[in-house]
Amino acid sequence: MKNSLPLVMFILLVILLAVGLELDPREVPSPYIGKPAPSFDLPSLADSSVTINPEEMKGKVWLLNVWASWCGACRAEHQVLNRLVKNHKIDIVGLNYKDRDSKAKQWLEDLGDPYVSVAVDRQGLSGIDWGVYGVPETFIIDQQGIIQYKNIGPVTQYDIENTIIPLISSLQQEISR
Amino acid sequence: MRKWLGILLLTLSSFQLHAAIEIYQFDQPKQEELYMQMIDELRCLVCQNQNLSASNAALAKDLRKQTYQMVTSGQSHEQIVDYMTQRYGDFVLYRPPVKASTALLWFGPFILLLIGIMVLIFTLKKRNELNDEQLSNAEHEQIKQLLDSGEK
Repeated sequence: MKNSLPLVMFILLVILLAVGLELDPREVPSPYIGKPAPSFDLPSLADSSVTINPEEMKGKVWLLNVWASWCGACRAEHQVLNRLVKNHKIDIVGLNYKDRDSKAKQWLEDLGDPYVSVAVDRQGLSGIDWGVYGVPETFIIDQQGIIQYKNIGPVTQYDIENTIIPLISSLQQEISR
Repeated sequence: MRKWLGILLLTLSSFQLHAAIEIYQFDQPKQEELYMQMIDELRCLVCQNQNLSASNAALAKDLRKQTYQMVTSGQSHEQIVDYMTQRYGDFVLYRPPVKASTALLWFGPFILLLIGIMVLIFTLKKRNELNDEQLSNAEHEQIKQLLDSGEK
């Protein structure tokens, strides 16, 4: 008991380091959670004469998915998104980030198109406005246009089942109340 | 000959790497100074242990461009910091502001130092007490006997 101090300190240090191992420094918390979604006016990938603005989605719970055809992780995520829109009634707007239109179109043709619309952000400026730093990123925006959640990196089936669907249904219930 | 050609090629390729850091023109030296200060203070979010000036990531390049445009349009240090933290949070700053959520970051090391000093004082005191312990006459006698018996 007398010499337990080093042991206690050692255990505390182990706990501290173990917690540190569990944290992911790549996940920078978004300052936008609970704040209004930044606006943009971007051309649609399908028809560049049409502009897409997040304001149009007000009144709905929706997802903004930032993707690019050059992004490897997006490829795996794409199947998850396809499944998500097939099984649940949810609108996903794509933000095609620093990509080429022809490549993005080819991608959607090859892998399927889960998006209600895709906004083209060729310079990545809207990406900066949304605080995007690593593609893919996915935001959940509520009926009032407030960002409720941000998923950094590819959305997995696990995320869908455990985080995204529960959050969306609780947000959707809020309006019906 | 081939060796020299190789060296020449290597030199050229290193020039190309340098060219990846873009060159911006400034009308006022003050603005250039601010730009240099900003890209030193802002963190690249992709390669997190580098600032914007050291990083060659695409996002760092975009943010340098953004910083350049803001500086040349006459925005202040504070305005640019606000712009960046609004989008990327305090993490984008290499020197985060002192507030409740960053208190541990700022004061944690000093708390650890304090604990260390306290432990040090505590142990030194204890050691001194041990040294001060006086042996009784009987104990001296015992030691003497032990030493004598060891000599044989």
